[in-house]
Amino acid sequence: MTAILHIDWTSCDGRGLCTELLPGVLDRDDWGYPVARGKSGRERTDIPLRDADREAAQEAVSLCPKLALSLQERMEPARESRKPGR
Amino acid sequence: MSHAGDTSQPAPPDAARQEPRLLAAGPDAGWDQHLDTFGPLDADAAAPGLLDALAASGLTGRGGAAFETWRKVTATAESGRKGLFAARPVVIANGAEGEPLSFKDRTLLSHAPHLVIDGLLTLAAALGGAGTYVYAPAAGLPRVRQALAGRPGTKRVRVVEAPETFISGESSAVVNMIATGNAVPVDQRRRLSESGLNGRPTLVVNVETLAQVALIARYGAQWFRQAGTATDPGTRLVSVSGPAPVRDVVLEVPGGVELSAVLKEAGMDPAPLSAVLVGGYHGRWVRPAAHVLSPEGPVGGTVRPGAGVIHALDPHACGIGATARILTYLANESARQCGPCMFGLPAMASVLNRIAGGERNPRLASELDRLGRLVSGRGACRHPEGTTGLVSSALEVFAADFRAHLAGYCVPLGGVAA
Ligand code: SF4
Ligand code: SF4
Repeated sequence: MTAILHIDWTSCDGRGLCTELLPGVLDRDDWGYPVARGKSGRERTDIPLRDADREAAQEAVSLCPKLALSLQERMEPARESRKPGR
Repeated sequence: MSHAGDTSQPAPPDAARQEPRLLAAGPDAGWDQHLDTFGPLDADAAAPGLLDALAASGLTGRGGAAFETWRKVTATAESGRKGLFAARPVVIANGAEGEPLSFKDRTLLSHAPHLVIDGLLTLAAALGGAGTYVYAPAAGLPRVRQALAGRPGTKRVRVVEAPETFISGESSAVVNMIATGNAVPVDQRRRLSESGLNGRPTLVVNVETLAQVALIARYGAQWFRQAGTATDPGTRLVSVSGPAPVRDVVLEVPGGVELSAVLKEAGMDPAPLSAVLVGGYHGRWVRPAAHVLSPEGPVGGTVRPGAGVIHALDPHACGIGATARILTYLANESARQCGPCMFGLPAMASVLNRIAGGERNPRLASELDRLGRLVSGRGACRHPEGTTGLVSSALEVFAADFRAHLAGYCVPLGGVAA
């Protein structure tokens, strides 16, 4: 099981509390929104976490003022990423 | 290949030529012509074997993602069975083409609505009696309603109007529009196949994909695979456009067709063309030469058809200027819900417009690249990475023009040795 930190971009306001709580996981972009360090593609929206970051991530989830963060447990291997269907 | 609307014209021999399948019933086909051409299809009788037939056919979505159709259907079927109370799934026929350069779905809906409805009813039956919707722009709705009224078994199919925005066809936007009247994507902690419209397992399927399903349900996977290649079986519709006097045309082409053959069929000489946009505004610019249209294949020799948009750049036009106009449009079409998309896309558009406008600052190209990397993967939908993909293809294909622009002059690409 891997813990996944999900960012709901439609709720996040980019004030950056989470980036302070998870400095090793999240950087801030030009506008203050969190950017997952060292990740690309959809892993920047559903961020796989190391076990060591789980607790801090849980704290960020409960403290995010916009309720934009959530933690999910994912079975290995990673689920298929969502495709843009039309 | 077949031209929509003039299927009567005798075709000169050509290896890439495709007998019309989807549009075989001819222009504006009514219920009788439809039955005469394709024969009847009993959705309930076809349903039990449908998933196996779809898997064997290798059909992929024709709306852009090219995801295997049978997997999508299976995922929806499985979540419909999960849980204490089995939730009745929903199937939505998606006819929204937000792409300004796409018109194949609207052509299909107007000429072959019955094939689309066949596919919708058959999938719904295969999902154990799912709810059914047709979602399409206003212009196509009268024809859809007429077709639904003119055949049996469609009383419960609901019709919803799609707004004319770029993002209105994104699958979560489709579900959101039907549920709330707001056609913008929603955050997806859970997939639509698990929890979509009113929490039901939901399958959003492009209308051309549904028409292909209707053919496979009738004639089987073997027949489907008689066209196309092993990795890209069957046919697809493409919307082809180019510089005047080239007329917009919808063609049905076999999988794995050469891009240059498609351009020729649409009345263009590929040789003088400098660049072709394939896949639409979330697609890529490529040189017309030596590319095969297929969702999969070696990079460099293959280009993904996406939703089937093929647009040739006027050889006298500046590719950077053309891309800047598209990027400006895409930045404006952001649903402005997600910070990186809302701020990042206009920032990218501004940098590209400065380059197109002749600003001599060599850092601009790398800034554009940096912004693209920054926004990619960071939105509720794939608008950021779709946009970034287009821009990075422009940086690649128009590299000489970028250098020229940043050095203070603009040569249309036609003048540069390709
Ligand atoms: S704490 Fe929440 S709202 Fe603030 S930047 Fe992080 S995710 Fe966004
Ligand atoms: S990524 Fe952009 S287009 Fe997609 S939902 Fe967010 S703001 Fe809207």
